[in-house]
Amino acid sequence: MPRTSHWLLRGLHHVDGILLTLALLVLGISLAVVTSASGQSPVRISGHLVNIGLALAVMVLMANVPPHLLSKVGPPLYAAGVVLLVGVALFGEIRNGARRWLDLGFIAFQPSELLKLALPLMLAWYFQRNEAVLRAKHFMVGGILLLVPFLLILRQPDLGTALMLGASGFYLLFFAGLPWKVILGGATLGAASLPVVWGLMHDYQQRRVLMLLDPASDPLGAGYHIIQSTIAIGSGGLFGKGWMQGTQNQLDFIPERTTDFIFAVFGEEFGYAGAILLVCLYLAIVARGLVIAARAPTLFGRLMAATLSLNLFTYVFVNMGMVSGILPVVGVPLPLMSYGGTALVTLLLGMGILMSVATHRQLNKS
Amino acid sequence: MPLATPLKNLDRELARFHGRLKAGGIFVVLLAAALLGRTFYLQITQHDYYIQRAENNRISLVPVAPNRGLILDRKGRILAENYSAYTLELARAQPHDLEATLTEVAKLIEITPGELRRFRRLLAESHEFETVPLKSKLTDEEVAILAANRYRLPGAEVKARLFRNYQAGPGMAHVVGFIGRINDRDLKSLRESGREQNYRGTVHIGKTGLEQSYETLLHGRTGFDQMETDASGRAVRALSRIPPVPGKDLRLYLDEGLQAVAEHAFGDYMGGLVALDPNTGGVLALVSKPGFDPNLFIDGIDPETWKTLNESPERPMVNRVLRGIYPPGSTIKPFMGLAGLELGVRKPEDTIVDPGYFSLPNSSHQYRDWKRGGHGIVDLRRAIAQSCDTYFYKLAVDMGIDRMHDYLQKFSFGEKTGIDLDGESAGLLPSREWKQRRWKKVWYPGETVIAGIGQGYHLTTPLQLATATAMIANGGKRIEPRLVQAVRDPLTHVWQPQPVVVHEQLPLKPEDLAVVRQGMLDAMRPGGTAAAAAAGAPYTIAGKTGTAQVVGIKQGARYDAGSLSRKNRDHALFIAYAPAENPTIVVAVMVENGGHGGSTAAPIARAVFDYYLTGKRPGNMKLEGGSDASD
Repeated sequence: MPRTSHWLLRGLHHVDGILLTLALLVLGISLAVVTSASGQSPVRISGHLVNIGLALAVMVLMANVPPHLLSKVGPPLYAAGVVLLVGVALFGEIRNGARRWLDLGFIAFQPSELLKLALPLMLAWYFQRNEAVLRAKHFMVGGILLLVPFLLILRQPDLGTALMLGASGFYLLFFAGLPWKVILGGATLGAASLPVVWGLMHDYQQRRVLMLLDPASDPLGAGYHIIQSTIAIGSGGLFGKGWMQGTQNQLDFIPERTTDFIFAVFGEEFGYAGAILLVCLYLAIVARGLVIAARAPTLFGRLMAATLSLNLFTYVFVNMGMVSGILPVVGVPLPLMSYGGTALVTLLLGMGILMSVATHRQLNKS
Repeated sequence: MPLATPLKNLDRELARFHGRLKAGGIFVVLLAAALLGRTFYLQITQHDYYIQRAENNRISLVPVAPNRGLILDRKGRILAENYSAYTLELARAQPHDLEATLTEVAKLIEITPGELRRFRRLLAESHEFETVPLKSKLTDEEVAILAANRYRLPGAEVKARLFRNYQAGPGMAHVVGFIGRINDRDLKSLRESGREQNYRGTVHIGKTGLEQSYETLLHGRTGFDQMETDASGRAVRALSRIPPVPGKDLRLYLDEGLQAVAEHAFGDYMGGLVALDPNTGGVLALVSKPGFDPNLFIDGIDPETWKTLNESPERPMVNRVLRGIYPPGSTIKPFMGLAGLELGVRKPEDTIVDPGYFSLPNSSHQYRDWKRGGHGIVDLRRAIAQSCDTYFYKLAVDMGIDRMHDYLQKFSFGEKTGIDLDGESAGLLPSREWKQRRWKKVWYPGETVIAGIGQGYHLTTPLQLATATAMIANGGKRIEPRLVQAVRDPLTHVWQPQPVVVHEQLPLKPEDLAVVRQGMLDAMRPGGTAAAAAAGAPYTIAGKTGTAQVVGIKQGARYDAGSLSRKNRDHALFIAYAPAENPTIVVAVMVENGGHGGSTAAPIARAVFDYYLTGKRPGNMKLEGGSDASD
C-alpha cells in the first residue's frame, strides 16, 4: 500500500496547481449552473460530477505523459484521422443532411473530433522535427497538413468544425513563426473572397448567418434560440436574478440550457458581474497556458501549450458570441461549463498536456 | 535530440516566439473585450428592454369569464341558471390531423352524427386560434377515457365550461331567449360598442329574449388571472388575480305558474298571449305558441334540427306577442269609442238605428254588420258590448281617417310599446299620408269604413293590444311593458327595483272612460259577446272580443267557420282586464285560426284571470314535478 500511494503522489507532482485551481473554480461554477439549469435534476448533477471526475483523472494521466512520448503519437493519430475522414466521405452515414458519422458497427462517431487533437500534435511534431532547418517549404507542408482534414470536413459539410480545426492549425503555424506578410496577405485574400465563399455556402449555412443579422425575422423558428438567450442574458442585469431565480431558465425559455446555451443561464442568474468573473477566469487560464508555453524547453511543448491555450479561448469566444447573438449558431460547447462528457474530457485532456509541458521541463533537463 | 543549432539562433527563435505569444495574448484580450462589450450592451445598456421582454415571456393574462346572472320569475323560481360541464374541444389544425383526431375520438367515446354535423358547422365559422367544441356535457367516465388517451389525440382538450340551463322549457323560450356561441356578427357589434375586451374568455352571448336585451347586465365583468407560464404556454402558478364581477340577476314580473296556466289554456291552438299589470306595465305572462327548446342552441344547434325549426310552417321561432301582426278586428272598438267621445264626435247617449249594414252616401255598397238584420237601436256602450259593426262604420266615417290615426297612435298602435325585449314590431296604423307615401295612392272613403272595425290595413301585435287595454284599465297611462322587475347586484345582493316608465298620460275624461269600461263590462255579461267566458267568475271582467280575417270574404257571401279549413279560419282575439273595478291584470290573447274571439280566446284569458286572481288552476291541468310547489 505505501508503494501505491507513493506512486499516486508522484502522479500528482505533474499537476500544475494554478491551472488546476482555475479549472476547479470554473467547474464549480459549472456545477452550480447545471444544477439550476437542469431544475436540480439529480441525474444531471450526478452525471456532471462523474464527467468532471473522469475528465480530471484523464487530465492527471495526461500530465504524466512526457511531451516527447506524446509527440510520437501525432503522426499515427493524424494518419488514422485522415483515413477515417476519407472513409466518412466514401461510406459515411448521413444524419441531418450531412455526412459526418462513421458507423464502425460497435460505435458511431465523428472522426472530425479526433482531428481536433491530432492536427496540432501532428503539426507540432513536424515543426519540432524540422526545428533546426525551418524554411518556407515547411510552412507549405504544414499548410497542406492543415488543409487536407479541413477540406474533408468542409465538404461533409460541417463549416463550424472545419473553422475550429482551421483555427487551431492556424494558431500552430502562427506560433511556429508563419511570416506576418503571409498572414496579412491571406487575411486580405480571405476578405476579398467572402462573396465567393457566400455563394458556395449551403442554404442552411446562409440562413444561419442571415439569422444572426436579424433574429427577429424568424422568431418562432431558428431565431428563437438567439432571441431567448439574449433576453435571458439582457434581463440578468448587473448582478443577475440570483441562483435558480432566472425566469427564462426556470420556465424553459432557454433552449439547450445545460449544454450549448449554458452561458445564457449563467448570464441571467449572475449578471454582468458573473460574466466578468467568468471571462477573467478563462483569461487567467489562457495566461497560465501562455506562461507555460513561454517557459517550455522544447518547440513541441511551446507550440502545443500556446495553441491549446488560444484554442480554449476560441471555443469560449465562439460559444459566448453565439449565445449572446454576435456569432451564428454553431454547436460549440462552452469550455469547462457545458454539460457533456466528451467535450469535458477532451478539454481537460488538453489541460493535462499543458501540465505535462509545464512539469516535464526540469525533468527533461535533468 | 540533436542540438546542433547555434545558441544565438535559438535565442532569436525564442524571442520571436515570445513576440508571437504576446500577439496571441493581445488577440485573446481583444476577443474577451468584444464578449464583455456585448454582454455590457445586453445586460447594462439594454437591460430595461430585456427585463421587459422576459416579463412578457413569463407573465400571461388569462381571462376569467364571469358567472352569468340568473333569471328568476317574480316568486324567485329559476328560469335560467348556470352549470359547469366538461366539453371536448378540438383545436383547428391541419385538416388531415383533425380528421385523424376525430377518428380516434370516435373510437373512444360516442359521437353522434348530429354532434359531428354541428362540429363541422362551428369549425367552418370559427377562427384560427379558437378551439371548437365537439361534444359537451361529458360524463365523468368520458372525461377519464379522454384524459387517459390524451397522447393519441393531438389538438384535443377537455375544458370546463359554464353552460346555461333553461329548465322552464319551451314555454319560456320566447321570454328568456337563449345564449349561443359568439359569432362574427356578435364580435363585430362587441367591437363597435367597445365591449370586446370584456368578452375575452367568454364563449357565449345572449342571442334572443331577455338573454339578448339584458346582455350587458347579465354578462358581468371579465376578470384576469396573471399567470406565470412556461415556454410551452403551460401555467406554472398564479401571480395575481383581478376577480371577475358576476353578472346581475334579473327578477321578472312574470309568474312561471301563470305562464304555465296560460300556455296550457291554449290547448292545441297556436297563438300569443300577454298579461300585463296595468299599474306597472309588468309582464305577468308572455306566451307564444308553439315554443321551442332553448337548450338546443347553447352550444351551437346542429344544422338539421335548425332547419326543422326554421322551416316549420308553425314558425316556432317567431315570438307572436312581439312580432305577430294581425288586424285588430273588433278589439279596436273600445278605443274607437273612446276616440269618438274624447274628440267630441259622439256623446255617450248618441244612438244609431242599425239595419244590419252601413252604406256611404251615394254608394250602394253595403258594409255588413256581423249580425244579420242588425242590432236595432245602439248607443256606444251597447255597441261595444255587442260589437256592433254599423255603429263603428259610421263613427269612423264621421271621425275621418286622419283623426282616427292620430288618436289611436296615443295607445301605441303603429308604435313600438318599448318593452324590454328586442325585435318588437311596430305594427301598422294606416293614414292618408302613409298610403300616399307607401303606395302612392289616395285614401278611399271605404277604407275608413272598415278601419272603424279594425279591418283593412291596420295591423297590431298582441303586445300593442295589451298596452292599449292597460290604458283603459289604468285611466290613460301609457306604460312601457317591462319583463324585469328588479336587478340584483351580485356583490351587495341588494335587489334594485327597475323604474316604471310612463310613456304618456292621456288626459281622458272620467265620464268618457266610464262609458267604454261599461261597454267592455257588458260584453262579459249575459247578452255580451263573451258572456260565456265570464260565467261564474267571482270577480268582474271587462273585455272585448275580435276576429282577424285570414281570408277575405266575398261581397254577399257569409263567413262560415265550418266550411273553411282550419288554417283559413279567422284568428280569434280577445282583450280584457280584471277585476273591472280595480284592475290588476290586463290580458291580450290571439288564437291563430281560433275562429271567434268569444269562444276560443276569451276562455284562455279567463283561465289566466282565475289563476292570477284566485289561484285556481284549470281542472285538467296536471301539476308538473312540483315546479311551482311554492305557490
